[in-house]
Amino acid sequence: MESSSNGTFHLRRTRRKRIGMILAGVLFLATILGIVVLVTLLVDVAMQSRAWLDMQFLNSLPSRFADQAGIKPALYGSLWLMGLTALISVPLGVASAVYLEEYARDGWFLQLIQINIANLAGVPSVVYGILGLALFVRFAALGQSLLAGALTLSLLILPIIIISTQEALRSLPTGLRESAYALGATRWQVIWSHVLPNAAPGIFTGVILALSRAIGETAPLILIGALTFVPFLPQSAMDQFTALPIQIFNWTARPQDEFRGLAAAAIVVLMILLFAMNLSAILLRDYFERQTAGE
Amino acid sequence: MPTDMPNDNPRPDSSPDMDETVSDSAPEPVSANGQADPDDAAAAPPKADPSVRPKIEIQDLNFWYTDTHALKGITMNVKPHQVTALIGPSGCGKSTLLRCLNRMNELIDGTTLEGDIQVDGQDIYAPDTDPVMVRRRIGMVFQKPNPFPKTIYKNVAWGAQINGYTGDMDDLVERSLRQAALWDEVKDQLHSSALNLSGGQQQRLCIARTLAVQPDVVLMDEPASALDPIATSKIEETITELKSDYTIVIVTHNMQQASRISDETAFLYMGRLVEMNPTEKLFTRPEKDRTEAYVTGRFG
Repeated sequence: MESSSNGTFHLRRTRRKRIGMILAGVLFLATILGIVVLVTLLVDVAMQSRAWLDMQFLNSLPSRFADQAGIKPALYGSLWLMGLTALISVPLGVASAVYLEEYARDGWFLQLIQINIANLAGVPSVVYGILGLALFVRFAALGQSLLAGALTLSLLILPIIIISTQEALRSLPTGLRESAYALGATRWQVIWSHVLPNAAPGIFTGVILALSRAIGETAPLILIGALTFVPFLPQSAMDQFTALPIQIFNWTARPQDEFRGLAAAAIVVLMILLFAMNLSAILLRDYFERQTAGE
Repeated sequence: MPTDMPNDNPRPDSSPDMDETVSDSAPEPVSANGQADPDDAAAAPPKADPSVRPKIEIQDLNFWYTDTHALKGITMNVKPHQVTALIGPSGCGKSTLLRCLNRMNELIDGTTLEGDIQVDGQDIYAPDTDPVMVRRRIGMVFQKPNPFPKTIYKNVAWGAQINGYTGDMDDLVERSLRQAALWDEVKDQLHSSALNLSGGQQQRLCIARTLAVQPDVVLMDEPASALDPIATSKIEETITELKSDYTIVIVTHNMQQASRISDETAFLYMGRLVEMNPTEKLFTRPEKDRTEAYVTGRFG
């Protein structure tokens, strides 16, 4: 121990190192715990679905006989829903975020809007279902259509898209905007050529997270009257529909054991869809990151 | 004229502030021309001789960031085809003043400007003046090299492109890069990322990018402060060469740099212009004690 005029240092290296190692262990356990639960769930579902997951399952209409039942309408319904929801919510959400970040003047009104958006992101999805039922199904007379469902889900995920896009815009260096303005660019030219391309990776991450949330939503769809038994494929946005989560919910509610296997198989399909979406998000993000690196 | 709009002034207390300017140890406003009273110079600029007519005339400029009075009654002129250096300790307002000259500060929320800035006799803050056009004519190079994350070529071409340049773009890119003394180093990698360049090369690319839109005036905000001595001397050479075609205003905290490259120097302290004189005079025979204290390194 060295001593100085002011006092002595008690370095206690062993003790400090040991505390550090214990903490690292705790953090590792916390991580593992989450993963173990998730893997257990996935393995369990995969085991249950084994006997049921085949082409016939993907290609068939629902049936009250378990061995003939399939998820084709639900799968199509979910794909339709995601496509429409993305078409509606992404342009709207990104446009709102660009307005709020790049155009709107700071003030109480902007603050009010921000607080409301943050609150809306936390509203239970059932509430959006009620809103969708009143606004789109009844008032706009869209009926129990894919479009009504997609609009409802769009409302649900808009706040998430707006907030994550705002974060992406905010994280850009100010020098980027300033140097573009200094060349005599208009606001729009700055946004279109520099702000959006550079924020694209962040925006895509947010969009995919939001869509991943939408694809698993059941409650709002049930409320707006998505059907549980749909022996046909949707042909347009105005058709009635069902979706994977609803089909899963319906099958798990049946008394016969076989349907639980069907539900497990449908869950696996949903998970694969989700995985594919996330993967495409990562690929898109990498693509834009390479673009903006100027290569 | 903004100077005629005291009603728009959000802080009525600015008048005593400006009176204080006169009574304070700090300036009677110093004329950039070293002649006459600047008020006269602004009122009746000698139009006949273009070498005397200032490029930029700043009259009683006041500037606020929300609650901070950053510039207090600045009056000065910048001559054409010269390098004018703004020096002073951190926070004295030199960068703020520079950014007022191309209306960059109004991109920041909550700022207020009062006073008159004319470039070639045109009020750049007039209600019918488009800030986008002001910035096209008055380019800016920033402290941190900040090329766009695009190719070298696109960095230079973008500004010309958005401003509707109709000439040969390859030609313009080459010319701009040559003017910025970067062409020989990058001519074989025009289509690779600008981010792969060294810091000094990036800064010269930023200069080339600014020159490509063919401005009259180039503002530089401590352009070499993030660079090593070799890169710095290259930037300084470039600046000296650009003088014949452009009017340059440079902010620097490096007094040797100011004395090396500038023709005139303005010393700012706490938001006020203390002294503006030909560089050689300001560094060797300053008129104000505070200037002398600063240039001899006794404070700041």
